[in-house]
Amino acid sequence: MNFVFLIFIPIIAALFVPLLYKTIKRIHTGWFVLIVPIVLFAIYTTLLPQTMKGESIVSTLQWIPSMHMNFVSYIDGLSLLFSLLITGIGSLVVLYSIFYLSDKKEQLGHFYVYLLLFMSAMLGVVQSDNVISLYLFWELTSISSFLLIAYWYTNDRSRFGALKSMMITVFGGLMMLGGFAILGIAADTFSIREMIANASTVTSHPLFTMAAVLILLGAFTKSAQFPFYIWLPDAMEAPTPVSAYLHSATMVKAGLYLVARFTPLFASSSTWIWLVMGVGIFTLFWGSFFAVKQTDLKAILAFSTVSQLGLIMSLLGASALTYHSNEAMFAVASFAAIFHLLNHATFKGSLFMVAGIVDLQTGTRDIRKLGGLMSIMPLTFTVAAIGSFSMAGLPPFNGFLSKEMFLDAMLAVRSFELFQFDTWGILFPIIAWIASVFTFIYSMYFVFHTFGKKGDVEALPKAPKEAPTGMLISPIILATLVVVIFFIPNVFGKWLIKPAVLALQPNLYDTPQQIDITIAAWHGFDSMALWMTIGVVAVGTLLYLSMNSWKKIYDAQPERLTLNNGYDALLNFTESGMNKISRSYMTGIIRSYFMYMFAAIAIMTLIAVYVKDAFAFDPNSFAPVTIYAILNGIILVLAISFVLLAKSRMAAFIALGASGYSVALFFVMFKAPDLALTQLVIETVSVALFLLAFQRLPELKNHGETKKNKVANAIIAIGVGFTVMLVALASQSQKLLPSISEYYKETVETLAAGGNIVNVILVDYRGFDTLFEIAVLSIAAIGVYTMIKLRLKGEKKADENE
Amino acid sequence: MELLMAIIIGILFSAAVYLILSRTLLRVILGTGLLSHGAHLLILTMGGLDGGAPPVIADGVTDFADPLPQALILTAIVISFGVTAFMLVLSYRLYAEHKTDDLNMLRGNDEHD
Repeated sequence: MNFVFLIFIPIIAALFVPLLYKTIKRIHTGWFVLIVPIVLFAIYTTLLPQTMKGESIVSTLQWIPSMHMNFVSYIDGLSLLFSLLITGIGSLVVLYSIFYLSDKKEQLGHFYVYLLLFMSAMLGVVQSDNVISLYLFWELTSISSFLLIAYWYTNDRSRFGALKSMMITVFGGLMMLGGFAILGIAADTFSIREMIANASTVTSHPLFTMAAVLILLGAFTKSAQFPFYIWLPDAMEAPTPVSAYLHSATMVKAGLYLVARFTPLFASSSTWIWLVMGVGIFTLFWGSFFAVKQTDLKAILAFSTVSQLGLIMSLLGASALTYHSNEAMFAVASFAAIFHLLNHATFKGSLFMVAGIVDLQTGTRDIRKLGGLMSIMPLTFTVAAIGSFSMAGLPPFNGFLSKEMFLDAMLAVRSFELFQFDTWGILFPIIAWIASVFTFIYSMYFVFHTFGKKGDVEALPKAPKEAPTGMLISPIILATLVVVIFFIPNVFGKWLIKPAVLALQPNLYDTPQQIDITIAAWHGFDSMALWMTIGVVAVGTLLYLSMNSWKKIYDAQPERLTLNNGYDALLNFTESGMNKISRSYMTGIIRSYFMYMFAAIAIMTLIAVYVKDAFAFDPNSFAPVTIYAILNGIILVLAISFVLLAKSRMAAFIALGASGYSVALFFVMFKAPDLALTQLVIETVSVALFLLAFQRLPELKNHGETKKNKVANAIIAIGVGFTVMLVALASQSQKLLPSISEYYKETVETLAAGGNIVNVILVDYRGFDTLFEIAVLSIAAIGVYTMIKLRLKGEKKADENE
Repeated sequence: MELLMAIIIGILFSAAVYLILSRTLLRVILGTGLLSHGAHLLILTMGGLDGGAPPVIADGVTDFADPLPQALILTAIVISFGVTAFMLVLSYRLYAEHKTDDLNMLRGNDEHD
């Protein structure tokens, strides 16, 4: 079986969604869509035994083989874990959305097409071995996420959120593409496996650190790390199933996937380790700190997602330390990262669904209005409590296990001796502990302010009641998993996590069986992490109970200095700045544009002549000067100065005519009878034309041109004239090749049967020129005729308001 | 001779550019007229001015002026005439429609941004 085709199944299914939506009105379209993720989930489950043995499955679909761009599906433990998350949570979210979105009011066709598109894109991201196809799917997740966030496109906030997430994630995506390009050049392959196999050549490339930073930019923007997390809270305008699926369980983990996938390649770089760990731990703190400030249920969850992603990110950074140290705890870090990634998907998915239920059943998501729902919605409350306690890291829920491992790993960072961790490493457990306290506070805040305390249930927009059973199925399944994972963590460890850890730690293990990490809920009283957790609960409870008294600190940050404000200001600045620049030189006045052009011509030519030392002056090649030429030259210059100085149009026309005749005289002197003839006739006709139009043309008057303008014009004009003169002299003085005209002179009688060489060239040797010159003249004539004759009746005036 | 012609051509170009940078429509057209003169003379000069006889086959003549630049100029003269005539009529129509020949006034309006 070629597994690469599985990636495309959702996209192909998406083609049929509009058809089903339009033809079968009685059944909610979601039921048909539900089949797709369930079938895929089942198929991917059958691959588990293979990855458990440490095997991987590679299949290829040729795309542009000549450029080494192919769809290569590489399924190992890590990709399979993600694929199962995507299809598994995907199934639950589709099921939930069937009850969440009404088939009467919503454009379900659109929704499921976008969702299936996203599913394909996400499967492609996690399975691609080729970086180019990885990038392709990566951008497809950005696009489908954009479409899903703006699903209610009549809502301004939705469109704003969609645009913001698009701008930030696509920025990161493009940076990542740059990183991939560098890697592709350094490793001479686009395959991730081959890059990792050639890690030693790649790491010695001079742009290696740059590639690390660029790829991290992609991962940080997608995974909402500081300071790029700002799009995630705004993406909460999406329908709740979308928030649950994309913005907690799958898409935001694409960045984590990327970091995990490239860890074997970049682990040798201290920049990588510091960035991943530092940004991760700071995001953990920042997200948890600001989650307490939020008043919207989904905003709390969004900041909590940011914070938890930071936690996993810092663990991934710690796991890269195994490449430099034998400390067993760093191997545990990679295990903990994958474990928490799985746990987070379960509890955060269920919490988002709870928020959606509360929103739908009460008509509001504002936590200040909610309260006292515990007895009215007992099932929802139970799910919310399980999710929140797990998020806070309490037993008997899975979050407790991964949180303990996290704290252990962070404590171990202190003892790492490279890259100045011996100085700064102590910060990691401290920040981790503080962040855990805030995590505890917002988890309690989330569940007890919504369901606990006495709320004014009557004041809610809708009379609350328990959610329909169908809507509760998905969150209950997830909440069950939260508890089940706590009691049998090692089963999940064996089936899912250890094979995934292998992708992160190929330096330590060859098969998943070699990973000797067992998860234990109880480490004994000498475990430092246990005391830290007890401290978290104790301090967290105190702070939660006294929340009203210290919440004022959030007002300390002025609105002007927030990151959102910075983003808005940046956009405004770019837009108005660009506008200003365009308007400053696009004046609409034709003189300005001519000035740019002429000045550019003169300056560029002069610079080129100077730099290349191209000027040459060789009087020996010049023909002797005759007295007639000097006289005629004086006449011409006089005529020109009359044109320049003329106050009336009549004088100007006549001076122009005089200069034309003088040019004709030059033609006579330089042995060009045909030219002289044509010039005389044309000049006569031109002057006649001018005189013909004379009555209808405007007077030659000045339009208040300032002296300054005139001086600028004169400088540019003299510059251009001087440049032309220099170029003429230089090219005259260094002729490299003889003229081709010798051929014409010799063959004009024998080949062309003519005596006048110029005429023979015009009609015989180079007759094509003449043909199209005739065409030009005809077109000019037609144009003149049309302009004079054609008047469109009732043509619009330039300004319709007049 | 080439030096003299180069100076004259330089003056022609300077005058033409100066007129084209003017705000008055008619001056711009006058400028293009001078510019084409300059260009034609430039082509001729670059071909060399040391030719003996006009490029017409006659008995006993071997030293002709270069015929190729002349053919090129002939084409150019006709084309520039066509363009000048067109521009002249265009300016006449422009003046008739907009009642101004001040190029700074002829900037379109906000709708055409």
